[in-house]
Amino acid sequence: MRTYLDFEKPIAELESKLAEMKRLAEDNKVDVSAATSSLESSIERLRKEIFENLTRWQRVQLSRHPDRPYTLDYIQLMCDEFIELHGDRQVRDDPAMIGGFARIGDQSMMIIGQQKGRNTKQRQHRNFGMPNPEGYRKALRLMKIAEKFNKPIVTLIDTPGAFPGLEAEERGQGEAIARNLKEMFMLKVPVICIVIGEGASGGALGIAIGDRVLMLENTWYSVISPESCSSILWRSWDYKEEAAEALKLTATDMKENRLVDGIIPEPLGGAHLDHEAMSIIIKRVITETLRDLSTLSPEQRIDQRIEKFCAMGVVIE
Amino acid sequence: MSWFVRKEKGINTPTEMKREAPDGLWYQCPNCKKIMHTREHKLNAYTCAHCNYHDKVGSEAYFELLFDHNEFIELDPELRSGDPLRFIDTKPYPDRIRSTMLKTGLKDAVRAAHGKMNDLDIVVACMDFNFIGGSMGSVVGEKIARAIDHSLAHRQPFLMISRSGGARMMEAGLSLMQMAKTSAKLALLSEAKVPYISLLTDPTTGGVTASYAMLGDFNISEPQALIGFAGPRVIRETIGKDLPKGFQSAEFVLEHGFLDFIVDRKELKDKLTSLLTMLR
Repeated sequence: MRTYLDFEKPIAELESKLAEMKRLAEDNKVDVSAATSSLESSIERLRKEIFENLTRWQRVQLSRHPDRPYTLDYIQLMCDEFIELHGDRQVRDDPAMIGGFARIGDQSMMIIGQQKGRNTKQRQHRNFGMPNPEGYRKALRLMKIAEKFNKPIVTLIDTPGAFPGLEAEERGQGEAIARNLKEMFMLKVPVICIVIGEGASGGALGIAIGDRVLMLENTWYSVISPESCSSILWRSWDYKEEAAEALKLTATDMKENRLVDGIIPEPLGGAHLDHEAMSIIIKRVITETLRDLSTLSPEQRIDQRIEKFCAMGVVIE
Repeated sequence: MSWFVRKEKGINTPTEMKREAPDGLWYQCPNCKKIMHTREHKLNAYTCAHCNYHDKVGSEAYFELLFDHNEFIELDPELRSGDPLRFIDTKPYPDRIRSTMLKTGLKDAVRAAHGKMNDLDIVVACMDFNFIGGSMGSVVGEKIARAIDHSLAHRQPFLMISRSGGARMMEAGLSLMQMAKTSAKLALLSEAKVPYISLLTDPTTGGVTASYAMLGDFNISEPQALIGFAGPRVIRETIGKDLPKGFQSAEFVLEHGFLDFIVDRKELKDKLTSLLTMLR
């Protein structure tokens, strides 16, 4: 059973009509192909129309779609081989942050990302994709391993935020993220960061310092979620749509403000409709970007990485 | 039958005349509620003589406390916020900035300066909490970045005094990237082996904790300061129960290994001087 978002309701209606028509045709052995194909094309037209005019809040909804591919889905679909590596060597293994060596064709690389769960049990196990400090420390450990063996790093960002829990504070959530930011600037190997779902604040940024930071078309990346922003600035949870507008958090907004390097298009209707097509696109982007980055020396990459982030911000002199 | 009889009718005393002493002469400690003379409070480095409560002071007080004879050269004092996102919540962001400027006399939530501290050259950046909760926007990030540039160019130790609620929401993504920018500069400072001391004061939370505040060669704090990534309210809502006493206090953070020491503000200048002298 597919999940439809509220703004997809008109599509859902037509699709159920189509299914009904096909079922009746089958039962009664009549040819309705003309009717179904016209209905199919109007569904396509409707989908195109809706997806060309998405509001910022609707993009946020898409980024959280329960059928959307997560980090491990992409790894499975993109990579010829993957060996997952666990643990931060200090406290424990954080299931909300996964990573390991992967091979795409003849290129091996380290892939790291936050991981969400598909059902209630998995979601709990993955802590809804909210890493603890040990998740960020595990990510950094793996990045250092990649650097040691001169392998590029790809991070996939999908988190509603770093976990705001008691133990997280005790074990230094702030310090863990801060250290990653500083260390990632000095990594000698190419680093590509791709926001594949939610990019919430420091929890996202903690693995998102790279030579290229890219966002999938229907994702968001900002300093706070629209809901929390609404609760703080409007003192009510009801202004999430206004907050999403104000935060300018979509891929288009972030690219316009030069806070990310590029946008990766999704299949029409969103990545959740076609995991494989989405994976093929991302795989191609990774391969091409790595080729570009490999023409630079480690020093050039580090300099450009630092320069790029240092140019972000708008001030009046 | 009353004890006193009012002979004249219609005597009205304006509110400001009703005070026993002129405004600003006495300081009441918000912690122990005891009264001190403001001059004594200032001489005490804005700490309470009774309970040692460290008052939440800003850049003006810290500069005076640390720089010899209060002499310093301010870096980029004119830098101001733009409104790149045309952010409007309950009021437009530029209006918020303008009214806060008028109220505080400040340009933004951080000031940076270089000067001498017990004859040692030092660069100090200090946050002002009364400017939109000490929130970090583009100006804060840029001023800190440039202060670090000054540290790097002149090889002078850098002291960052944080007091902040975190990122400035009205600058959304731009605000987030200030965490990255300041961390990048600190990485360069670290490579150059120029000392960086981070003083976390009450309160230091959010994106500030998760970037420059936790990246010191030395992370230090003042007694009882609140230090954390997530705010206490958010954590309480997440775990659904009350937080243990002293949770996220400087003492708690020291005990968990994320601070080098806690320093009484009255001893701050001398202790910083000793530490930096040993590094020379």
